Formats: sequence, structure tokens, C-alpha cells
Amino acid sequence: MEGIENIYTYLKGKFGEGIGILDKESRDPWFEVKRENLREVATFLRDDPELGFTYLVAITGVDYSKFVDVDYKGKLCATYILYRLRDSHQLIFKVFVEKEDPVIPSVWDIWRAAEWHEREAFDLVGIKFEGHPDLRRILLPPEWEGHPLLKDYKEPEEYRTPDGYLVVKTHRPDPLRENNESDQK
Amino acid sequence: MAGRYKEGVENIPIEQIADALFPEVILTTVDDFLNWGRSWSVWYLLFATACCGIELMQFGGPRTDADRIGSVFRATPRQADLMIVAGTITYKMASRVKLLYEQMAEPKYVISMGACANCGGPFWYSYSVLRGIDKVIPVDFYIAGCPPRPEALLQGVIEVQKKIKKEKYLRAKKSEAGG
Amino acid sequence: MSLTRSEEWYLNMGPHHPSTHGVLRFVVKSDGEVIDEVKPDIGFLHRGIEKIAERLEYNQIIPYYDRVDYLAAFNASWSYVMAVEKLLGIEVPPRAEYIRVILGELNRIISHLISVGSFALDMGAVTPFTWAIREREVVNDIFEMVTGSRLTYNFPRIGGVYQDVPEGFREKVLQFCEYFPPKLKEFNDLITYQKIFIHRLANVAVITPEQAIAFGLTGPNLRGSGIKYDLRKNRPYSVYSEFEFDIPVGTGEAGTLGDAYDRYMVRIREMEESCKIIKQAIEKMPDGPVRAKVPRKLKPPVGDVYAATEAPRGELGVHLISDGSSRPYRMKIRTGSFAAMSIVNEVSHGLMIADLVALIGSLDVIAPEIDR
Ligand code: SF4
Repeated sequence: MEGIENIYTYLKGKFGEGIGILDKESRDPWFEVKRENLREVATFLRDDPELGFTYLVAITGVDYSKFVDVDYKGKLCATYILYRLRDSHQLIFKVFVEKEDPVIPSVWDIWRAAEWHEREAFDLVGIKFEGHPDLRRILLPPEWEGHPLLKDYKEPEEYRTPDGYLVVKTHRPDPLRENNESDQK
Repeated sequence: MAGRYKEGVENIPIEQIADALFPEVILTTVDDFLNWGRSWSVWYLLFATACCGIELMQFGGPRTDADRIGSVFRATPRQADLMIVAGTITYKMASRVKLLYEQMAEPKYVISMGACANCGGPFWYSYSVLRGIDKVIPVDFYIAGCPPRPEALLQGVIEVQKKIKKEKYLRAKKSEAGG
Repeated sequence: MSLTRSEEWYLNMGPHHPSTHGVLRFVVKSDGEVIDEVKPDIGFLHRGIEKIAERLEYNQIIPYYDRVDYLAAFNASWSYVMAVEKLLGIEVPPRAEYIRVILGELNRIISHLISVGSFALDMGAVTPFTWAIREREVVNDIFEMVTGSRLTYNFPRIGGVYQDVPEGFREKVLQFCEYFPPKLKEFNDLITYQKIFIHRLANVAVITPEQAIAFGLTGPNLRGSGIKYDLRKNRPYSVYSEFEFDIPVGTGEAGTLGDAYDRYMVRIREMEESCKIIKQAIEKMPDGPVRAKVPRKLKPPVGDVYAATEAPRGELGVHLISDGSSRPYRMKIRTGSFAAMSIVNEVSHGLMIADLVALIGSLDVIAPEIDR
């Protein structure tokens, strides 16, 4: 099956409310999947002979809190990029969650590649993937606080290892900031 | 000049050259002798974290050829005299850098190679990068560049040799031992 | 079975370990010499490029991509400019595309050289590495001539490349195409067809095609498992559809399909193919401008875009989300090494500890690509 609109209508016919909006304006069009239906939709996308998206390229965690005015502004989002290898068809879909309740079911057993991509999205954006076998920080040290790719992330004043072996100040002047008050001090 | 030099060499009998190169008696101080030996065997720890590490490899490779000044790479800190920190050091890595430095035997030297190791370089804005390894370990020489050329690193090692040659190694040891 | 089972113990490899490429750490749970489980610990080189990019203009980000994959800096920044061009709908002049292809393939060759060289080094053979480095310097000179830099080129621009190639470029590249294949043969005689080397790698660390797809492996690692998938052929970008070249895949020539030797062989063969592409591209290179007219301040439309090129370590994809301003709202880098690392635990069960080094070497991972 070719074309995002065909796939969208096909899925919409099958899952109804489980499939949300379709954004055709975007350069690479995408559609929304409701998180309650994510696992069914994902299994269907992979196993249906018409679709057959067996290859997960990436999961991008996004914080939409400072985005332009859209329905999903202020939400967290996991963007799934898929390939169908036989004709290299690409498909993007998104799952939105509220910031207060950032839980998305894990798809690690559907696409094994998701296991690490989900860990990364948890580490950087703070989305919790329910049912993930080993949801730990992956890139940052385990004692790190906060999720740096959130738009309101504040850097800590100092970094220290849990055993106190290393303590370093992280402060620095910031030439790119518009009003540079902290540097004048 | 070149011609005259060549002529001159041709005119000197081979025995004389051999005598000049391998004299039977050398007068020197113990310090100088030790330093001479140390400075021509600066073994460096292969500590490549990022892009600069590739230039560190090329530094040991056939063109720059660090071997000719007596520098060979060592994989373990316990056999190394010189630590070349080549590349970005993140906070996660920083405690390991300190640990590796502490595992090296005295006397030890550190070259900080590249903008990242010097001050954070292009990753100044990053939330996870240590801005300069001198916040963690003492540094003898900084080499600028992103990445520095292998020739620049060679110059750095030659500077380390110069520093070694000037040291009063034994006296330092004595005062240390005497407390 | 329980009779032969002894006590389980943990071994820590890295992060500073000579045979892990860059700074990686593995916590190995093993029973004697036989590995039970490997927990890779990554992030020692996590430099936060994705966050830095959010505060820079689109064209300021290009140099950071050279540092995402420093062994193939050109391919990496090519992915990025392609994503921005796709977002803005910019046409790239044909001459620029040809220059990109030539430099990209040259970059692939030197990246694979380091890869096979250091793989041989990991396996205990020092000379091949020195030889590989020697050939690498030849290409480094070409790059220095064109871009002024040896490692981090910062050469592609949004809408083309920085400048036209200098005089003498054509001759130098053709000369290299003549020079390189015999040298590669020499290299092969030295190590590739050597009995000890083959025995060391055959049947070791087998990745089945199903596993490779499930874990999202790409590039030579995917093709080593016998799957003929290459973005240059399957999703042709730039001007790759105009050239004739083969996609080498693993065939299990030394043992099982998808073993370490297959992945190694794919890289060796790809270098030959790259030489072919370069020759064709040099012959066909048209005249004309090398940079499209692009405004200084970019204002892309709101939305998502994903673009990828076939870098030496597989698909290097860039997912950009734009909010209409001159800075990306979110940028995600998808790399081949990240996927390759995620399969380590799955494959290493039952391997010897020494074979873990073979596995990692054959996957050809580098730290900044994993951690970004
Ligand atoms: S100084 Fe530049 S080349 Fe060296 S590690 Fe840092 S970014 Fe890479």
C-alpha cells in the first residue's frame, strides 16, 4: 500500500477512533495514534501483508511545549519512523501524551530496535514506556537529574559523582543568550 | 650550504665520526643522564575519546611517525609517562580520566589535545561536556586546534622532552623523600 | 550440564579499553570464558548535539555534524544539509551533487580503511593497521586540497558545497583510483585471505537476517547478513541513480551467513565499488555553479522531515522538526552505530570473551555516533 493517505484511511477503517489527526501539510506527512491503541496498531503495521513495516528506524521524543499554536501544543510526543524494506516506503506516526502523565506502552517486543530508542527517549525527554524490560538512563549517568531535552530544562550548578570522588562546577558564561546579565556579574 | 656540508662529511674519515658518535668517555651529571634517557622514551597512553583520537592515531602512523622520537603508545596507564587527552570529556567520563591519571606512575605529564580537552571547544553550550580537563587533572601543555594536526602534537611531545631535560629529577626525589 | 557449570562472575571492559572503539563500557557476565550476558554502557561521549542545535541557526549546525561521525565527516554533514534542503525544497545544482558524491565515496573509503585496519589490530595484527593509515593519508591530502582540513571538513552547504574543487583535483582523484586497487589487493594478501584471520572470524558472532532487521541494523552490518538493502540503490538520493555499481552482501563464504568475516568482507568489497563510482562521477562531472541561491536567513515551513544518506556505518538519518523559525525546534540524529550496539547483548550469548572483541570490531561502531 502506497501513500500516507491510503494508509491513513485503511487504518482509520480498522481502528476508528484509535487513529487521530493526519498532518498533510508537513514535508513528511504523519498521523497520530492514540496511546491506548498503540500496541495493536503497531502489531498491525508490522504484520499486515499490505503494510509490512518491519523496520523501525528511530523513535524521537519531542517536547511540544514551546511550539506554534496547534492542538498538541504543550504535550510530549514520541515520533516513530518506520520503513518497509521491500520498496523502501517510509511512514511516520506520533503518539501524544500529557506532560503530567507521560506514559506510553512500550513496543520493544514488536520492533526489537525500539528497546534502546525508548530508553533514549526516556533519558532525554522523560517519557516512561510501560512494559519496557529495562528502562534506565542510557546516555547520561544514572545519578543525573532532569531530562535535558525538555524545553524548560535547567542545568545544575555542579556535577558530582555519587561517591564524591569528583566535583566540578558547571557554570559558564553564555555568549548566545540575548541578555547577558549573568556574565556581567 | 648543502653542498659544502656534504663535502665536509665526505672528507672526515669514518673513524673520526665513529669516535664523535660513540666516545669512550662521557662526562655528564647523573641528572642529565637520567633525563636524557627519560626524554627519549616518552611513552604515551592511548587515550582517544573523540575526533582528535583519529589524529592521535595518525600521529603514531607512518607519516608523522612518533616512534622516531622514542614515543610509542601504551594501552595501560601503568606503563605510560605521558597522557595525551585527545577529545571531548563528558561528565560521565571525567571521573575515569582522574582515575587513569592517578594510576600512572610518577613522574607523569599531560598534554591536552584539541579545543574540547582545552576548554570544551564547540561543545561549550552542551549540558554534559566538561569544559576543560584542567578542572580535573593538572595539564602541562595545551595544543590548540579542532583537531590539531599530527605535526602539532609532535611539537607538543618535543616540548615535553624539553621540559624533562630541564628537570632536576634526583633533587626533586630527595626533597620528596626527605619530606 | 550442571557439572560443567562453575561460578558466574562479572568482568568490566572499558570505558578506557584499547580494543573498544572509543569510549564504551561493557559489563560482561560470564561463566568462565563463556559469555552469558553483556550489558553495554554507553554515553561516555554524549555531547548533547541535539540540544545545542536548538539554539543555533540552520547553517551554523553543519560543523557539528562533522563531529557526529568524524571518520566520515562528509557523509554526516551531507545527511544534514539534505534534510534542510528537503525541508525548504531547494534544488541543488548538478555539479555540486557530483562533488558531493565524489567526496562522499572517498570518505567512505577512508572510513572503511580505519574500520578494517583497527579490526585487524583488535585481532592482534598490527601491520595492516599501519598500512591502512598509510593509504588513508593519500586521501587526506585530497581532502586537504579541496576543503582545507584533514578530518572535520565543514564543506557541504545548504544548497550545494562551499566552493568549487581546485585545479588538479580531477587528476589527483583519477590517480588515486589507479593507485588504490592494487594497494587494496596487497592489503588483502596481507590479512584478508590469511588462514589464521579467517579461522578467527568464521562462524563467530552470527547475526541472522531476521535479527538484523528486528534490531534495525543498517549499512554493512545489515548487508553482512545477506540483506541487499542500500539507500543509494533503494531510496536513491543525490545522483546515485546515474552510476553503475554493485551492492556487496555477505554470502557466508567462510562459514555461516552473517558472521564477523562476512561483515568484514562487505567493507572490503565496498571500497572497490566506491572506486568505481568515483571514476564514473569524475568522468561525468558537469560544469556549472556549485551552490544554489539560498537566503541567509532560512524560514522553513512548520512540520517534520526525515532524510538519510548511506554513510559508511549505515543509514545516518536526520529528523528535523521545524516550528517556522530560523532554528530547528527539535533535531534527532539516527545513526547506524546506535542500532549496532543494541544487538550486542542478543548476539553475544554463548560467545567467548575474546570473541566479544571480534563482534564489536566487526560491527564497526564509533563512540560519538552512538552517543551523539
Ligand atoms: S577539539 Fe574538535 S576535533 Fe577534537 S575532539 Fe573536540 S570537536 Fe573533535
